[in-house]
Amino acid sequence: MKEPPADDAAEAEPRPGRVRKPIGWSMIFILVLVVVSAVLVWRRDGIDGVLEILTHDVSLFGGIMPRVLAGCLLGAFITEILPHEKVSRSLGPKSGLKGLLIGTAFGAILPGGPFTAYPVAAALLTVGADFGATIAMVVSWTLIGYGRAVAWELPILGTDFTLWRIVISLPLPVLAGALGRFVYARVYPRSTDE
Amino acid sequence: MSAALLIDILLWGSVVGVGLIAWQRGNAVLVSSLREGSLEFINIVPRIALGVIGSGYIAAVIPQEVITGWLGPDSGWLGVLTAVIAGAATPGGPVVGFSIGAVALKAGGGAPQVIAYVVAWALFAFQRVILWEIPFMPAKFVWFRCAVSVPFPFLAAAIAMVIGKP
Repeated sequence: MKEPPADDAAEAEPRPGRVRKPIGWSMIFILVLVVVSAVLVWRRDGIDGVLEILTHDVSLFGGIMPRVLAGCLLGAFITEILPHEKVSRSLGPKSGLKGLLIGTAFGAILPGGPFTAYPVAAALLTVGADFGATIAMVVSWTLIGYGRAVAWELPILGTDFTLWRIVISLPLPVLAGALGRFVYARVYPRSTDE
Repeated sequence: MSAALLIDILLWGSVVGVGLIAWQRGNAVLVSSLREGSLEFINIVPRIALGVIGSGYIAAVIPQEVITGWLGPDSGWLGVLTAVIAGAATPGGPVVGFSIGAVALKAGGGAPQVIAYVVAWALFAFQRVILWEIPFMPAKFVWFRCAVSVPFPFLAAAIAMVIGKP
């Protein structure tokens, strides 16, 4: 297995910009799903039903926008200020259990919702984290992150259930990251040095 | 102080924090980060708009009773499997997902099944994957992440069966 290139060589190269994705099949799929659902709502509830949902969702969208901007800026700053060679050492394919634990801790303390978790996770991938550590981070954010648990799960499902659920979930991010790393090295054997 | 306000303060506080670090590295770093972040935002807004504004319609046509019915009363591993599918298929945001879990718990659903449902919802809820994860992350990562996450709702249910509910 080849070692990653020396730090100075890596720094000399232009930093990989984040890939801007073209409108893909997933967006077309969602668009079709939305249009079909909207037609079903229209047939069932008439134009009033369609407009009621539209008004509600547009106001929701307006409320989320500033947070999406914050998430994008957070991701961009992290891409810019985190030193690539340090990130690939502490979160890269060879970072071992420590890398998975760092990813888990990062996901657990990250503030905000999906509008921060995914831009930041994408930034980590860009600056040298491997799939394993990034999976640990995303799974940790969704399963043991405090944001959603405090805002939604505690009030709706109660303290006992929520704490019990979180305790059971504690080992899962590291296990998911380890499984991800194990499978990745076998599915993409040539790219593990990246 | 409401949870939403607290989250906003933490979020923008973090943005300002990393922004200050970028600014210390020089104006060029700050400006290029701001430009990159804004471009990302402009690029992502249409996708988020489609997802958020469209998701109400998807939620409206999938009746929640169907999903609660799937969770049913204590039903062993078959119940866990249906709970995992139900979690992935649940439309809408956290209120819908957790409310369905709460209803299932009250209606006599087994705790391991409800755990499996909540964990599967957190990992796979199709609306969050399509609306948030795919627009921001490389598609290859998203599918890979979902595939390796499949065993974990079952593992959570197994742990719940072993340790029992307090």
